[in-house]
Amino acid sequence: MKTLVYVAHDNVHLGDATLATVTAASKLGEVHLLVAGAGCGAVAEAASRIAGIGKVHVADDAACEHQLAENIAPLIAGLMTDHDAVLFPATTTGKNIAPRVAALLDVMQISDILSVEGERTFTRPIYAGNAIATVESSDAKLVITVRGTAFDKAEAEGGAAEIAAVASTDDAGKSSFVSAELAKSERPELTSAKIIVSGGRALKDSATFENIVMPLADKLGAGVGASRAAVDAGYVPNDYQVGQTGKIVAPEVYIAIGISGAIQHLAGMKDSKTIIAINKDEDAPIFQVADIGLVADLYQAVPELTAAL
Amino acid sequence: MKALVPVKRVIDYNVKPRVKADGSGVDLANVKMSMNPFDEIAVEEAVRLKEAGQIDEIVVVSIGPAKAQETLRAALAMGADSALLIETEEAIEPLAVAKMLKAVSGEVEPGLIILGKQAIDDDSNQTGQMLAGLMNLPQGTFASKVELEGDHVRVTREVDGGLETVRLSTPAIITTDLRLNEPRYASLPNIMKAKKKPLEIKTPADYGVDIAPRLKTLNVSEPPVRQAGVKVADVDELIARLKAMGVA
Repeated sequence: MKTLVYVAHDNVHLGDATLATVTAASKLGEVHLLVAGAGCGAVAEAASRIAGIGKVHVADDAACEHQLAENIAPLIAGLMTDHDAVLFPATTTGKNIAPRVAALLDVMQISDILSVEGERTFTRPIYAGNAIATVESSDAKLVITVRGTAFDKAEAEGGAAEIAAVASTDDAGKSSFVSAELAKSERPELTSAKIIVSGGRALKDSATFENIVMPLADKLGAGVGASRAAVDAGYVPNDYQVGQTGKIVAPEVYIAIGISGAIQHLAGMKDSKTIIAINKDEDAPIFQVADIGLVADLYQAVPELTAAL
Repeated sequence: MKALVPVKRVIDYNVKPRVKADGSGVDLANVKMSMNPFDEIAVEEAVRLKEAGQIDEIVVVSIGPAKAQETLRAALAMGADSALLIETEEAIEPLAVAKMLKAVSGEVEPGLIILGKQAIDDDSNQTGQMLAGLMNLPQGTFASKVELEGDHVRVTREVDGGLETVRLSTPAIITTDLRLNEPRYASLPNIMKAKKKPLEIKTPADYGVDIAPRLKTLNVSEPPVRQAGVKVADVDELIARLKAMGVA
């Protein structure tokens, strides 16, 4: 089977989510990559070095700059005459574009796969991860989004694939990019961080969150996450949110501070290798999934922990 | 301008789903069902746009069993004007749903189609984008803010790194994220009034859409259960364990 992987990027850097998607695709067959952007030569170069891949297709065009689904979907649909499957990282960009491609190809997309069980058979989470479905596609072409935490990352170096330009489709003229407010942070990105320190509603307000969670994260070189309750209460911006409707993470170590452990939060972090929970309520559901639990007042325990590290 | 809002009847979000012992799916017998929460946000947004005088009429549509009439009545009670049920007992995949919604849009001619970004049962996150692809319309997915500006709509989207704003020509497709609004509770007078609002019932055959599934579900199982670990007595013990793991 010939597969096409949609490369996650910001025109400058290759997104980490690409590598897990390459691993998923390699289970189906030969892997080609598509870099769609503008001035994205460095990304194409980086993509060509990923181990084990075939060709890198590059659509470097103003119409692709912001990866608007209206412009990218027809481009991918066109490339599918030569490919049997297209796989997207299940990022917001991938989730935005993939179903539009599926519609153009008249196929049913398989969302957020966790494993490849056969050429046309995959597992995927349903009901917020409370059940796992095994599904088999009968479509001629496969359109798939891949949950990054469920697959190992392909080696970012070692390959030397050919880079080939493909013509972009024209700007569809229906949508335009206005602006982006992207969080700038010195801390590691949530989806690639090895350690995550996450705060919940018990942090009371944004100043407390800042004073309690951030110093510990800085000491550990960790990414910072939050529960939906903390985000909805305005302690931190929405891109901090870990959970079914936020980011799905699986770091080596996940430290949950003042997080009770609602189903929707657990769905986003229960694949972490080691979960540490600090909560003063010993009956909090978070302790049912935590490897190490500390029943304590976070206002004392966390600064003490930070100071001792 | 009209708004079309598709809504789905799903297991209530407070209910923990139980996987059937035979692996055929999730047990929905005698389980509380409600409107998909993201769809509730979509209805609310349409109602607010109508209250602001930017939308003239709201049509809600559901594709599902006869009981989805309750879901449609709930949307009517929130402020939608009329409802359409495309009645079927089959489980319909997003692609077929999108095809039927395209046919409905052909009749309603909405300026905005507002959908939930995903249903909390199958978690597909596909229908809105598919509908946009089939109709060749612009899409503003995962919206946290929607501003109508004449024949354009400005949509702020929740993306991985923060927020992104796009400007779309209308007609346009919008899918809702959690922070777009907080849906209202319908008042008793509005619930009574909703009973008298028009609710039409059709079938998939009326739209000539092939609803045969493309995906076959071979099995549904419980996810692996994570075992609770140990509780440590104090911060010192926690630090000792962190050090043993090489974290500190």
